[in-house]
Amino acid sequence: MIHAPLIIGISFAYVGLLFAVAHWAEGRAARGRSVIAHPTVYALSLAVYCTAWTFYGSVGRATENGLGFLPIYLGPTLMAFLWGSFLLKMVRVSKAERITSIADFIASRYGKSQALGGLVTVIAVIGLVPYVALQLKAIDWSFSILIAYPQVRMPPAGGKPFWGDTAFIAALFLAAFAILFGTRHLDASERHEGLVAAIAFESLVKLLAFLAIGLFVTLSVLGLGGTPLPPIGETPPLRPLLEPGIAPLRDWVAISLLAGLAVVLLPRQFQVAVVENSDERHIRRAIWLFPLYLLLINVFVVPVAVAGLLTFPDGTVNADTFMLTLPIAFEQPWLALLVYIGGLSAATGMVIVETIALSTMVSNDLVLPVLLRRWRRRPPPADLGRLLLRIRRGAIVVILLLGYLYYSLAGEAYALVSIGLISFVAVAQLAPTVIGGLYWYGGTREGALSGLLAGFLVWIYTLLLPSFAKSGWLPRAFMESGPGGLDILAPLGLFGLAGWNEITHGLFWSLTANIGIFLLVSSLRAPNATEASQARTYVDALRRSAGARAPLWRGRAEVAELMSLTERFLGPSRTRTAFMDYADGRGLDSTDGLPADAETVYFVETLLSGAIGGASARLMVASVTQEETLGVDEVLDILDEASQIRAYSRELEQKSHALETATAELRAANLRLQELDRMKDDFMSSVTHELRTPLASIRAFAEILNDDPRLDLAQRRRFLGILVSETERLSRLVNQVLDLAKIESGRADWRSDAVELQALIQQAVAATERYLDDRGCHVRLDLPDRSAIVGGDRDRIVQVMVNLLSNAAKFAPQGAGEVRVRLSRGSDGWRVCVSDDGPGIPESDLERVFEKFHQTARAGARPGGTGLGLPISRQIIDNLGGRIWADSALGKGARICFELPAHPAHSTEQGPEHE
Amino acid sequence: MPCSTLVRQRLLLLFLAGMLLLFSPFVLQIEALGRSLGVPVLVFYLFATWAVLIGVAAWLVSRAGE
Repeated sequence: MIHAPLIIGISFAYVGLLFAVAHWAEGRAARGRSVIAHPTVYALSLAVYCTAWTFYGSVGRATENGLGFLPIYLGPTLMAFLWGSFLLKMVRVSKAERITSIADFIASRYGKSQALGGLVTVIAVIGLVPYVALQLKAIDWSFSILIAYPQVRMPPAGGKPFWGDTAFIAALFLAAFAILFGTRHLDASERHEGLVAAIAFESLVKLLAFLAIGLFVTLSVLGLGGTPLPPIGETPPLRPLLEPGIAPLRDWVAISLLAGLAVVLLPRQFQVAVVENSDERHIRRAIWLFPLYLLLINVFVVPVAVAGLLTFPDGTVNADTFMLTLPIAFEQPWLALLVYIGGLSAATGMVIVETIALSTMVSNDLVLPVLLRRWRRRPPPADLGRLLLRIRRGAIVVILLLGYLYYSLAGEAYALVSIGLISFVAVAQLAPTVIGGLYWYGGTREGALSGLLAGFLVWIYTLLLPSFAKSGWLPRAFMESGPGGLDILAPLGLFGLAGWNEITHGLFWSLTANIGIFLLVSSLRAPNATEASQARTYVDALRRSAGARAPLWRGRAEVAELMSLTERFLGPSRTRTAFMDYADGRGLDSTDGLPADAETVYFVETLLSGAIGGASARLMVASVTQEETLGVDEVLDILDEASQIRAYSRELEQKSHALETATAELRAANLRLQELDRMKDDFMSSVTHELRTPLASIRAFAEILNDDPRLDLAQRRRFLGILVSETERLSRLVNQVLDLAKIESGRADWRSDAVELQALIQQAVAATERYLDDRGCHVRLDLPDRSAIVGGDRDRIVQVMVNLLSNAAKFAPQGAGEVRVRLSRGSDGWRVCVSDDGPGIPESDLERVFEKFHQTARAGARPGGTGLGLPISRQIIDNLGGRIWADSALGKGARICFELPAHPAHSTEQGPEHE
Repeated sequence: MPCSTLVRQRLLLLFLAGMLLLFSPFVLQIEALGRSLGVPVLVFYLFATWAVLIGVAAWLVSRAGE
């Protein structure tokens, strides 16, 4: 015998545990280490889809028609595969628009229409209150059955005063829990971390309970458990399970479709899947983890059903209770308690989340718009925030009480048991507006309203009222034929589709009416400004990155007015924080500098949407800002212009970047050219100058010879000698200029042989022998024995040597000078040094001697050279990969050295190789 | 982007495959296969296909990698 206090105590302990989990999760969130950040928690929270109807009712359905329970879970599995697009869009749009409920979602899409939000709320409440009642029934029944342990007794039918009714007490406690964790703040876009954690925990508990009983039963069936079961015979009750059928296929498909839509559109599902979503990436794991959960919780349904039918063959035990009555029959009190807790989890999870979601819709989309209309004439109360919270709490209590009322009136009536799928069809009416809203640019407010209304009315006619008739609240004749006796309008066989399963029938006709009228009315006019803009936001949600939005608004506003409006809902401190953050984001120090422009107004609208819903927020802000309405064309123009401008400016950026690079390159090239130009000018002026000098003296002497006949022969011969030498000098100069030009422009021919320096030196000495003799210079050669092989042009190297030797001879003192040539091993090649004992080169001129046309002044003597010898030598040596430099000091003679790299093939050879 | 276009396309393909395997007249053929080891083949088939579909989805999503 399990005592009532024990069960009650355990129930309270379990609810206390839920509070603890929720509290713990909120604490962690406050410390920044959120538990919700885990994708598995998100996926588990989606499992609130499995209510007590799943927990107890699957087994019941299985005994009736075999596998008829499966499509309710197969549908969502397949739909989950589409969540990567569908759910992702919904989450993204909802985050951007601060959407707080499915009513808000639909209303916001079609022009932020309050009428639409209200209609969706009404449909949701009417469709779901019975579903809530079903959960209360499950709690009530499971309690009654457990108390009867060890007897298996079905709960007595009704008759209890409500204050003693378990269901009533449960309803009150559930209301308290929902209020405590769902309505503490007004900004509903804040995630209820505690709630989500508690729901995820409950999902685990119910799965665990189901698996426990499932395993136990399977082991018993297989004969491995403690109490053996009677063998499986071919008894009639077992037939649906042993010969399961799918036909007709359309029912199988219809119920899957229904469930697939419901898994996202049910208010509680929208709440956990979209509103409470903290990270888009969590959807990825949910795509497969949620179907896995569904698979696991259904694996043991058939074994439990079979075991139940075998254990209770006489049919007195309702199959919906097998989950509990089986452990009782097998005398497993703890297992029974576990199953009871599992069922409690399933029921409480659904009720809490559903009522929170419904209350949000009621306060934002039903009550508030009505109040706003009243406040147009009278000023609204100062503290709107608290008022809204109180409305929400009231809504939760009312919905739960309505649920209890429905349960106590319906009792065992057909209306309750079958309400699950009927509720699904009600919620499925939202599908055309939602799916159309996310994938179609068309669709107007009137279209959505009329489509919804049509579908809802057909639903009432084909499903809700017939269910009332079947439970005796309406005359049964109602179902037989339609108004005026017209068979073609019969509620269960509209337009001749008789004999269909009523769910399939109702789904078919309601969706047909819904979609048909939605499309028809939407095509009566083009979408207006707001609808078009929202259409782009919704349909293009996956294409544009978050945040790109052109504010569509024209009007006048004052920031102070906007702030005071916001304060009414969010309170002064949170308003201040939000505005400060916004001002910060715009680069301003304080909210005083905030301009009252479109962007600010949009910000305030979004902020308020989180609290009171999109439609109401827009209305409130409009009342403050005296908005001017935009025409569609203007809106589209603005949007088109904005996107065009964006595209153009991107192109411009790229082009200007390319331009900058090109300009920089051109500038550098220009500078280089200018420099070269200057160098060319310098060179030209130097060359012309140098050429003019000998030309002048040639002309002078020639004129003298010409003009003066009295010159004697000796004089004539002397002058002619000067003429000859000057002409030679001139021609030498011209040759050297040409040579230099050829070398510098790279058009000289360079031979590259392996040459021996000793031989070249000898050759050069021989070539300058006459000049050296004339100057009376003595040449001393200091050459090593080893062959000095370098790679290069033999003639050019000789040219360098000749140049150096003649320079040395030129500067060595007349008559007694000594020129020394020394060949030695250099740092990485062979070094040749030519030195003289002339006056030397001042240190400041050591580099300048290599400049073009530089001639070292010699006291009293006419410059005899061209000034190009050393520059040419430098060019030659540089081209051969070596270097040449001058070493000297005044009074100590000059020494010019050059180094050439050794020829690689001969660098280590000892043997001489003569050219 | 949490789900790249390629992953979404593949999941759509998986959805269609699931439709074919589970919701087309093909299933009726399986139903006609009767029983094996005392358990209807249909039950095996449905649960096995279900598990395989989930497995493929998990694999597809994890391959997109992060």
